[in-house]
Amino acid sequence: MYFPGIKALDEVDLSVREGEVHALIGENGAGKSTLVKVLTGIYRPTAGTIAFQGREMRFSDTTEAQRAGIVAIHQEPVIFPQLSVAAESFTEQMPRRSGTRLVDWGTIRKRTRELLSKVELDIDPDTSMGSLSVAQRHMVGIARALSMNAKLLIMDEPTSALSIRETEDLFRIVRQLKAEGTAILFISHKFEELFAISDRYTVLRDGKNVGAGVMADTDTDALVRLMAGRSFSQLFPKRQTEIGEGVLEVRHFSSGSIFKNVSFEVKRGEILGFFGLVGAGRSEVMRAMLGLDPLERGEVRVRGNAVRFKNPHHALRMGIAYVPEDRQTQGLVLQMSVAHNICMPQTASLSRGGFIAKKQEARLTQEYGSRMEIRAAGWDVEALNLSGGNQQKVVLAKWLATKPRILILDEPTKGIDVGTKSAVHGFMSSLAAEGIAIIMISSELPEVLGMSDRIVVMHEGTVSAVLDRADATEEKVLRAATGVSA
Amino acid sequence: MSVAVLIVLMTLAIGLRAPSFLRFGNLVGVVGDTSVLAIVSLAQLGVILIGGIDLSVASTMALAGMIVALTNQHNPQIPAWAYLPMSLGIGAALGAVNGVLVAWGRLPPIVASLGTMSIYRGAVFLISKGQWVTAHEMSAGFRRIPEGKLLGLPYMLWIAIAVAIFYFILMRYTRSGRDVYAFGGNASAARYAGVNERKVEMLVFVVSGALAALAGLIYVSRYGIAQSETATGYELNTVAAAVLGGVNIAGGSGTVLGVLLGSLFIGVVNNALPVLRMSPFLEMLIQGIIILTAVVANTVADMRAKKSLSSGRRL
Repeated sequence: MYFPGIKALDEVDLSVREGEVHALIGENGAGKSTLVKVLTGIYRPTAGTIAFQGREMRFSDTTEAQRAGIVAIHQEPVIFPQLSVAAESFTEQMPRRSGTRLVDWGTIRKRTRELLSKVELDIDPDTSMGSLSVAQRHMVGIARALSMNAKLLIMDEPTSALSIRETEDLFRIVRQLKAEGTAILFISHKFEELFAISDRYTVLRDGKNVGAGVMADTDTDALVRLMAGRSFSQLFPKRQTEIGEGVLEVRHFSSGSIFKNVSFEVKRGEILGFFGLVGAGRSEVMRAMLGLDPLERGEVRVRGNAVRFKNPHHALRMGIAYVPEDRQTQGLVLQMSVAHNICMPQTASLSRGGFIAKKQEARLTQEYGSRMEIRAAGWDVEALNLSGGNQQKVVLAKWLATKPRILILDEPTKGIDVGTKSAVHGFMSSLAAEGIAIIMISSELPEVLGMSDRIVVMHEGTVSAVLDRADATEEKVLRAATGVSA
Repeated sequence: MSVAVLIVLMTLAIGLRAPSFLRFGNLVGVVGDTSVLAIVSLAQLGVILIGGIDLSVASTMALAGMIVALTNQHNPQIPAWAYLPMSLGIGAALGAVNGVLVAWGRLPPIVASLGTMSIYRGAVFLISKGQWVTAHEMSAGFRRIPEGKLLGLPYMLWIAIAVAIFYFILMRYTRSGRDVYAFGGNASAARYAGVNERKVEMLVFVVSGALAALAGLIYVSRYGIAQSETATGYELNTVAAAVLGGVNIAGGSGTVLGVLLGSLFIGVVNNALPVLRMSPFLEMLIQGIIILTAVVANTVADMRAKKSLSSGRRL
């Protein structure tokens, strides 16, 4: 199989052979997912070709790719919880009773049983998907891929939610499939696993090939070096600021298996970067701190006083604003005007006797709307009429207008254009200069390195390193994020 | 607001067939007739704005109507104006039951109100022992609540106007109204911004109950009869009026003016059919077809308008 020169990914070549497990390696945003989407027909390459079993292929959607035999199992498999395992396994191609369009449940159950025994899953085909464990769902995902006669199976971080035992089970199945001639493209951040299961590897960085070879000839050090070394293509204008006393301290945060014993502190005027690979538990720590998720153990101190936030609004009253990652679902009310969105957290302080003070509302909107340089035809325009970048500015304006002393930004520049991105970085700098303490969760390494005064690196729910700006290098951060000891 | 155009066109078309329909007196009558529907539809508006539907509004009308009618029958000395706050109070209590079921019981509004719809209707039976309260058992003052005139317009129209102004101010100028739109538009974002969802849910149901009960008072005094079948099926008219008025059934957007126009449209249709000598057997069928056609036309027109607006103004 050959995929030379996919231009969207900038000339990426990848070849996977029959009966091998091929590791696809790279940090967040290196282009792994994009490549998978191209292979499975979700994206179409602007240049380059996909050759599959010696023939050149062109997929216009996932169904076509699946018919050809390329099937992807995603990190968190999309399932229909109400469906039975049998129905889930045959969603794409339901066998029909001969001569009719009626679904042949007898055949489906029989074939599901065969597939399940192949993936060594001892459950009834009529069990509902929703009652299965994550590991079992993965196995059903594989069974489903087998029902489509997958020749190339793409597994995107299949072990991220599995225990060691479950991982071993999964690997046994993978080896068996390999022995039967299936090609497997394996994406994982866990080097130990990659070395245990893969035959060859390809490393991507910034959408480009940076290395490929045989697993047996390389080691963790060499792979981390390949992953790092990203070019600083954008300007990150973090200015030098005077860093004052600590304002927020988190101690010994633990919540089940999600995160363990996480402690950190952020100071006045400081930007504290939070880096980790997807699933490291960064957002979960913040959500638990704000009372959105349960917390088992741990303590929060704001200016030395212990507090336990009941909800984000409680935190807001204590001067802590949390800007969630997903602006469409958590940040904006799209049908409401820009002004109403900006003033939403403060309807209480803006109202007199239950009535909203229109003048103050207009003043607040004007002040923060223009400060964030929101481009809109007017403050009364509905938020849905704005571009993504401007919507993000509305979200930021909304939280800034609450005049927080501590600002938590979860992926503040995700999915916005470069211009807006650098504007957001500029705002962060000037806010820090005003003495606001900022916690920035970001999955973009250059952004984290460029903007942070200190960097907290998380790996599988624990803090694996805290690095000062001066000694943070890409390699050090990545080592900590992938759990490789220095 | 394309429904306004529809109303004018339809009124003129009916006038061509039956010129008497266009007489000023008749038009005032039509508008007056719409008052009750407009008040109940506004009751419904708040619940729809948070993405729900209140199925119990018609039963609330019937129950509150029966309570005030029985009170009046046994205590004719109570001044008529006292029935206004009384009905509002009864309705607020009935609405609060829905509110508690939704805010604390976490039931979807349609499920909670489906239950109370039956319970309230059953309660009418219970307190009236299946008996009717008819016009001659009501005091003269009570009977004058809808039909009495001020500046040539019936009281019930003035009451509807007062309700509309109250609702408009509530939704547009108060913190509570803002929270209703925020919560209905995006519950998750509203929660992050500190909107108290229970307060919002309680508010819309209490207001819904209060206004429905007020409409119930006008209904029984106007038709001079309180019975267990009062206003059956009315809840669906209110939903139709809201949708016709451009209220998003999924929540988050909708205006008082829209609901008023939607109610007026239905009022015109209801009044026109007898004028046009339509067979009463056909009335419901034709009503349904006209309303459905108008809703589709209105929705399509609004979607077109929105599309061209958003593509034109996107920055």
